Amino acid sequence: MTLDTELLNPPPAKLSVRDVSKRFVSGAREIHALDHVSLEIGEGEFVCLVGPSGCGKSTLLNIIAGLERTDGGDVSAEGAAISAPGRERMMMFQESALFPWLDVLGNVLFGLHLKPGLTKTERVAVARHYLKLVGLEKFERANVHELSGGMKQRVALARALAPNPRVLLMDEPFGALDALTREQLYGDLQRIWAERRKTIVFVTHNVREAVCLGDRVVLFSPHPGRIREEFVIDLPRPRDINSVELARYSTRITAALKNHTAHNEEPSE
Amino acid sequence: MKRLIIALLFFASLLFVWEALVRAGVWSAVLLPSPAIVARYLADAALDGSLWDASLVTLRRLFAGYLTGIVLGLPLGLLTARFRFLRDTLGLVALGLQTLPSVCWVPLALLWFGQSETAMFFVVLMGTVWSMIIATENGVRNVPPIYARAALTMGSKGLHTWLRVLLPASLPFVVSGMKQGWAFAWRSLMAAEIYVTVLGGFGLGHLLHYGRELNAMEQVIGVMVVIIAIGLLADKALFSPWERFLHKRWGTAS
Repeated sequence: MTLDTELLNPPPAKLSVRDVSKRFVSGAREIHALDHVSLEIGEGEFVCLVGPSGCGKSTLLNIIAGLERTDGGDVSAEGAAISAPGRERMMMFQESALFPWLDVLGNVLFGLHLKPGLTKTERVAVARHYLKLVGLEKFERANVHELSGGMKQRVALARALAPNPRVLLMDEPFGALDALTREQLYGDLQRIWAERRKTIVFVTHNVREAVCLGDRVVLFSPHPGRIREEFVIDLPRPRDINSVELARYSTRITAALKNHTAHNEEPSE
Repeated sequence: MKRLIIALLFFASLLFVWEALVRAGVWSAVLLPSPAIVARYLADAALDGSLWDASLVTLRRLFAGYLTGIVLGLPLGLLTARFRFLRDTLGLVALGLQTLPSVCWVPLALLWFGQSETAMFFVVLMGTVWSMIIATENGVRNVPPIYARAALTMGSKGLHTWLRVLLPASLPFVVSGMKQGWAFAWRSLMAAEIYVTVLGGFGLGHLLHYGRELNAMEQVIGVMVVIIAIGLLADKALFSPWERFLHKRWGTAS
């Protein structure tokens, strides 16, 4: 019984970023990572943050995760201020960050061990459920180093989904993968998102990827990190990254991205 | 199986060369007894029990000091990695004392503790604990920060992160620290036993020492063989399981 309730989808959370600023000191230089950024993300929305390196998109993701504090402004999930990491917001990184001392099942179980109210059998059942969801149920005893890059990110996805969060934060999770593996994962991620209804914030610098996955694409520009423009992607799902309609969107967004970045670099002298 | 045969053949031919050298009469038989004479010494010493007693005394000293060194060194290493002030103080002390050959503790141990088991324990402990602290600290500081971040997002913090993430993640370093500590402890104990007669018991080092005093080369060589065998056995029994685990999980070359 508890297992069924555990596997139920919790309602996805609404995220609200208001007037957030963040500065870093790196050596003698100060980096203005985020400058008065505001963003509302609806329940179950899939939002992609796009921009060149240094535009603060990953910083914003870390702030939403609770891994970093803001210098000003506030971030909240369902109206509650975010000040520390929480189980309802899980994060996936560019490197899989899987733990090499655990096997695949052990990795997926890691977050479940920290979730109270589950028996051992239930935890294992939950972990297996998510491994099946990402298509790796046959690899639960495999070691991390034996997996391909794509499989590692699938395990990382299962690990992030296992504690049943309301928000999934993804920091360029497919950046290091080859094109073919990436395309498979786009399909899987859309299917899983449709099934599990999470609010997803997805950081990437690949415009096509953003258009393929996002309900909305938010464009950032660097120095200081600001939101420049937003695009609602009104395409039916599941989307194929190679479709012509998708290419049309990404051409437009890429042009806008170049425009903002170029415009931004000139007057900085 | 093939590897075993090759190894056996290799050691058999070593014995053969040894025997051939003895027969050729290059060195006096007093300086180089034949393998058979050494084997007879070992058999006699095993039968009258002196070899077992000495091995037992030595191993007891070794394990007491070594295990204490690990039990102290591991948490101290974790704390040193965690607190900057410990790194600047205890960390430096550990680094300095680790470079000190542990035999150098023998004179001090004798003056402090006399010809006692405590002196032996102290020397072995000094051989182990500093390597263990350094290796653990080094291991923790080499853990990719992303592991701790990932664990943090899953709700791990404080002691949980230390025991379930940082400690296992630094296992490759910790195990090599344990190996180094073992090597230091073993060497320093042998040196201490050769130097110091402890009334509490005669170890392998003493047997070696008396072999020299009595000019009994077969005893000297025989005890050396036993010391080597114990070293090999310990390596296989103590560290092979860990190394196999590391190799399997991390995928490092064996």
